[in-house]
Amino acid sequence: MTQAFAALQTFLLKSSGLSLDREKQYLVEARLNPLIQQAGLKGLPDLVARLDADRVLAKKVTEAMTVNETFFFRDRAPFEGFRQAILPELLKARARTRKIRLWSAACSTGQEPYSLAMILDEEARGLAGWSVDIVATDIAESVLKRAREGLYSHFEAQRGVPMSHLVRYFTKRKDQWAINQSIKARVDFRQQNLMADFSQLGVFDVIFCRNVLIYFAPEQKRDVLARLARALAPDGFLVLGAAESVIGYSTEFRPHGENRVVLTRRAIGESSLPRGAMG
Amino acid sequence: MRNVLVVDDSPMIRRIAKKILEELNFKASEAEDGQKALAAVSAAMPDAILLDWNMPVMDGLEFLVNLRQMPNGGAPKVLFCTTESDVKHITRAMQAGADEYIMKPFNKQIVKSKFEEVGLC
Repeated sequence: MTQAFAALQTFLLKSSGLSLDREKQYLVEARLNPLIQQAGLKGLPDLVARLDADRVLAKKVTEAMTVNETFFFRDRAPFEGFRQAILPELLKARARTRKIRLWSAACSTGQEPYSLAMILDEEARGLAGWSVDIVATDIAESVLKRAREGLYSHFEAQRGVPMSHLVRYFTKRKDQWAINQSIKARVDFRQQNLMADFSQLGVFDVIFCRNVLIYFAPEQKRDVLARLARALAPDGFLVLGAAESVIGYSTEFRPHGENRVVLTRRAIGESSLPRGAMG
Repeated sequence: MRNVLVVDDSPMIRRIAKKILEELNFKASEAEDGQKALAAVSAAMPDAILLDWNMPVMDGLEFLVNLRQMPNGGAPKVLFCTTESDVKHITRAMQAGADEYIMKPFNKQIVKSKFEEVGLC
């Protein structure tokens, strides 16, 4: 492993929690070569040498390495779970306050929070008189800008989007598709690094934190999960990406129902061991 | 293995679609217009149909209307696959009984996503 790669690993771990494996050389080349060329630099060692002094460049490097792919209604099941199981439970549990807060953490270009907004629109009749906030955050300003614009390519607007939703929630603008203002208006996009304190975002009833913790180093993952538990209402839900797990990183959550990527908080004093296990 | 009938007047599109479908573990057959497609489905009803809109002899919409009137014509999932990308066309397709709508150009990711949408992947 080169010194430059090692220095990049250290930098990314500190700036974003991202754990860069030795095998990710191809990713570094793909994501950083354009930056290196744009900045007129000679190569990765040159880039890395400037990270301490050049904050603008450092931010660009963090953003380039942390931007991740997303699409509408990704994996389907968590969204169906949200509509069919989580939302009805919350409608009962929050009947007094009639207020629900959702957080899409690491929202990238916005498809996840907009998918939630579309579900809320479809369930509008049952949510009449309710206040449902969707907060969507990402470390990278570049993707947040795209998310706020709500403009998607021909391919992005088709992947995961049923034709009925395309017709109902999008408007064609030349080669692109714009998500309708009524859906855009439901989402509050903010910049947030998960490695930094996010307590100012408040407490949420549902946190979608999907396909981002996999990129964190173990220690950082433990730290983020501990803070996510504090950002979640005691009866709230944490939704992870497909095949993700908190096992070995947090004892504060347990699976909710059959869908193993939907978790709820354990009550204080509740055992994290399976029932019947020696303890 | 599930069968998909690819209906398109472009041999290149049929070839590309067939390759993608085979990679997704479907068996693909072809028809170059709506009329030949009707003959094909009369002989053997496929599990799904990837359907172009604008074709000579009989276009995709007319084929779909005819298909849905056939005995067992409600069975196959019909996914339009067309350059027509305005809301009017999509709405007409839905009203005529299409299950999904792919706008060209398409790639494997889109085809897979749409086939998942209709429950075949």
